[in-house]
Amino acid sequence: MIRKTFENEMQQVKDEILVLGSMVEEAILGTVEALKKRDIKGAENILAADKEINKKRFEIESQLMILIATQQPMAHDLRLLASSMEIISELERMGDYAKGIANINIRMGDQPLLKPLIDVPRMAQKCADMLHRALTAYVEEDVEAAKAIPIEDDEVDALYNQVYRELMTFVISDPKTMERANWLLWVTHNLERVADRVTNICERTIFIATGEMEEIKSTDDEFWHKNK
Amino acid sequence: MAQPTNNEPDYILEAKNLDIFYGDFKAVTDVNMKIQRNKITAIIGPSGCGKSTLLRAFNRMNELVPGTHINGEIQFNGQNLYAPAVDPVEVRYRIGMVFQKPNPFPKSIYDNIAWGARIHGYIGNMDELVEYSLQQAALWDEVKDKLDQSGLALSGGQQQRLCIARALAVQPEVILMDEPASALDPIATLKIEELMQELKENYTIVIVTHNMQQAARASDYTAMMMLTDGESRSGTMIEYDETNIIFTRPSDKRTEDYVTGRFG
Repeated sequence: MIRKTFENEMQQVKDEILVLGSMVEEAILGTVEALKKRDIKGAENILAADKEINKKRFEIESQLMILIATQQPMAHDLRLLASSMEIISELERMGDYAKGIANINIRMGDQPLLKPLIDVPRMAQKCADMLHRALTAYVEEDVEAAKAIPIEDDEVDALYNQVYRELMTFVISDPKTMERANWLLWVTHNLERVADRVTNICERTIFIATGEMEEIKSTDDEFWHKNK
Repeated sequence: MAQPTNNEPDYILEAKNLDIFYGDFKAVTDVNMKIQRNKITAIIGPSGCGKSTLLRAFNRMNELVPGTHINGEIQFNGQNLYAPAVDPVEVRYRIGMVFQKPNPFPKSIYDNIAWGARIHGYIGNMDELVEYSLQQAALWDEVKDKLDQSGLALSGGQQQRLCIARALAVQPEVILMDEPASALDPIATLKIEELMQELKENYTIVIVTHNMQQAARASDYTAMMMLTDGESRSGTMIEYDETNIIFTRPSDKRTEDYVTGRFG
């Protein structure tokens, strides 16, 4: 096989991206679990895990840069390397959202949650699941899957809206709950952003496979128009 | 000047304070370079900076030009290559060479491989040696049914692989390659580069190339050569490091300018 060296090295980088993806998945699930249990130690672990995520991202970035410099990728190979650079940056930001939730958990100190978390863990689970499948689609360059996954963002948005309305009823009935409601709103907002970034990964996968760079229609837009 | 750093690296060749002269003209000045076993080391730099001269010093090929001599030393497996007792012909068997233009003998494919081994006094099974050498050079499948045909009837890329097979047949430890792919089309070039990756399992390769992209793609270490400033201009080595570093964050500004196409 010609260009065996490049193929082998690219495969190794893809494996590393999957490792980074699973670190991010664990962070998303772990940070919400820690919040649900009001586990401060767990939240601190997430902060440490985020450092590892950032480190991993830099390592992969360096590997990709070396491949671009030494292997002179063209056409599909160029799209793959450039898009992989984007994808690791999306993953790193998702890690930041998990860290953001951990910081909220720590900032809440000994105040109890405004309400038991039911939909928030559901959102986290949905995000992690979408992310996992989006990265599988990236590795396999599965365009059909990459087109289907962003549609599921609607479910995350629906959960977000539901939690939002719930929290507003708390605030209306008792304005003293404002701060605790605000914290949870930030948590759900972070999760909602994770799902949006999954969509970005899917866009890149479609670009790698087809060369078509197209923004997948954001359901967020509809949300803002509806609620105007 | 940075040298490759590794844990307990195994160096097969080492140039120490090496100057190379053609008569009175000092073509290469003060090269210090260790070449690691089972790796591919590329030598790059603008035309006329002494790359090929340095390469040919590694198997005493320069001596075929009258008036050539060196100062300093080249060690091969810890032995001085230029010691009086060393036979240059023996050196060239153990450190083989492949040239820019494929130069098969005007003989059959079979004899191209067998000839050097026969002269060298090879007494084993010649058919096996021919097949083994051609397989090592990734040419066997393409020529196994026409071993009695002339080597000159092959395509340029095949001829170059035949020359590599011929070099391998005398079981060298090092293969020096002087622009081995510059006369070949891109596909034949990539085949030679992939072949180099397979060969480094068993051999050490030193390659001189004008094609920086080739050095980037195919080598583990890269040495950058350039002419010294001043009146008596002479080639010298300005940076030597892992290829990944040379092409992403070289430490010498002149290397940076050369690899980014702003100089030379």
